[in-house]
Amino acid sequence: MPDENDSKQPEHPTPLRRPGEPVPPKPEGAHPSVIGDVAALAGGLKTTLSEFFKPVVTTEYPEDKTVRSERYRGRHYLRRYDNGLERCIGCELCAAACPVGCILVIAAENTEEKRVSPGERYAKTYEINMLRCIFCGYCEDACPVQAIVLGPEYELSDTSREKFIFTKEKLLEPLPPDVEARLTAKPASAPHPSPLPEGERGKPTP
Amino acid sequence: MNELYNNPIGHWVVVIVAITALLFVVLTATAYTVWFERVALGRIQRRPGPNRVGPFGLLQLAADGVKLAFKESFVPADTDKVLFVIAPTIAVAAAFLSWAVIPIGLWYNVQYWIADLNIGILLIFAFSSLNVYAIVLGGYASNNKYSMLGGLRSAAQLISYEMALGLSLVPTFMIVGSLRLRDIAEYSVSWGWYNGPIPLILLTPLGFVIYLIAATAETNRAPFDLPEAEQELIGGFLTEYSGLKFVMYYLAEYVNMITVSALAAILFFGGWNLWFVPPVLAFFIKVVLFLFLYIWLRGTFPRLRYDMLMRLGWKVLLPLAIVNVIVTGFILVATQGL
Repeated sequence: MPDENDSKQPEHPTPLRRPGEPVPPKPEGAHPSVIGDVAALAGGLKTTLSEFFKPVVTTEYPEDKTVRSERYRGRHYLRRYDNGLERCIGCELCAAACPVGCILVIAAENTEEKRVSPGERYAKTYEINMLRCIFCGYCEDACPVQAIVLGPEYELSDTSREKFIFTKEKLLEPLPPDVEARLTAKPASAPHPSPLPEGERGKPTP
Repeated sequence: MNELYNNPIGHWVVVIVAITALLFVVLTATAYTVWFERVALGRIQRRPGPNRVGPFGLLQLAADGVKLAFKESFVPADTDKVLFVIAPTIAVAAAFLSWAVIPIGLWYNVQYWIADLNIGILLIFAFSSLNVYAIVLGGYASNNKYSMLGGLRSAAQLISYEMALGLSLVPTFMIVGSLRLRDIAEYSVSWGWYNGPIPLILLTPLGFVIYLIAATAETNRAPFDLPEAEQELIGGFLTEYSGLKFVMYYLAEYVNMITVSALAAILFFGGWNLWFVPPVLAFFIKVVLFLFLYIWLRGTFPRLRYDMLMRLGWKVLLPLAIVNVIVTGFILVATQGL
């Protein structure tokens, strides 16, 4: 039995020579030749020279920019309904979903005199620490009313740490029109398909 | 002009003005060689190279120079303070001194050189040997293992290739019969109907190949840049240098590169003779082509392993150079007689 196993083992690419075993001859064509070596050097020089005359492939960044995906996750925006009410209902699900805890939401009750959002509550304070944010987009996924979305802007550098705390005023800036158009065209919160078979759905998990 | 030159005080005025002008030209050329190298290497790798400072990035070197000048010139603890400062000074001085005897051209009876020594090429070899002191002393004085290794490698490499370099030029001297660089550049023949200057590469092609390889090794350029070897020796002898002292080494490297390119043009391609092209311009074109060759080599070949370097130097280049001398001697005797 052990012999069978040994024979099945793959041969080592460079097997060790046993003492007394002769040195195997070099494979055909492996002998060094001066002409071959010089030709190889010339071949290398030819390759680099041909590259020299090809056009450069660099994107000159601040002037030219590469095309980004539609779904690019850049800075955040808080959306409004068409009638001007804020979408955010202050539920703090985004803050709960955030893996780095960069979102601060302090909710307040809507009153008849001061109605900010259609629901019971609204976000009195909504701050995102952009220095901590990892742009994972979990807040967007967690939001039940699609109030928070990640826009396409990625040039967010600034000169002080304070400027990276994006407040509600800054987040409520209107979205770029193309992003807004894409979001409104999408069907509102389609339910996720359940991975469970038909009969099992809705039962409490054990 | 002649009266002014023959006057003892006027002579010195003329020489000092000439030296200042040459220093300016060589320094400017060095700056633009660095720019040229960065752009050419960039193009080989299909990137644009420096293009931010000034038109086509031409002022990049000014920006780099200002940055390096304002950097802290740090001297590590337990270094040999005197040698640490002297070593880069030797490098830059040796590099510039070679230009005292390099003839740039002869145009309408105006001589573009400082000194027309009858042993010009020997003087250049003497100064280029000083470069090894700069690197070895810099490596020793830095009190750093990597610097020390870089210095040791440099010593071994320069000694090995200096012999091949010297011997590769011996056939040239045998043919021309002079060590004066001007004579070598203006070497002419009268073969049948042709009567005029010819590039010496036609007479000593092997000498040119050996010179090219040995000169690359002498100037520590890739693929022979073992003393620097930033991947293995994190910069070798340059590791502990910063600020203006680093600038001096950097400057010396590029001045040496221009020097060997100019020497190749003079020794093997007839210096400033090129059909109808004006002499100084012809010299400039040849030097730029050689500089491009060195940059091209750097962009193509990986660094040699240390034992390969030694084997190439001692077992290939040196015997070839000796054979070249002997064969040239026999041919000269056969064609011209004793």
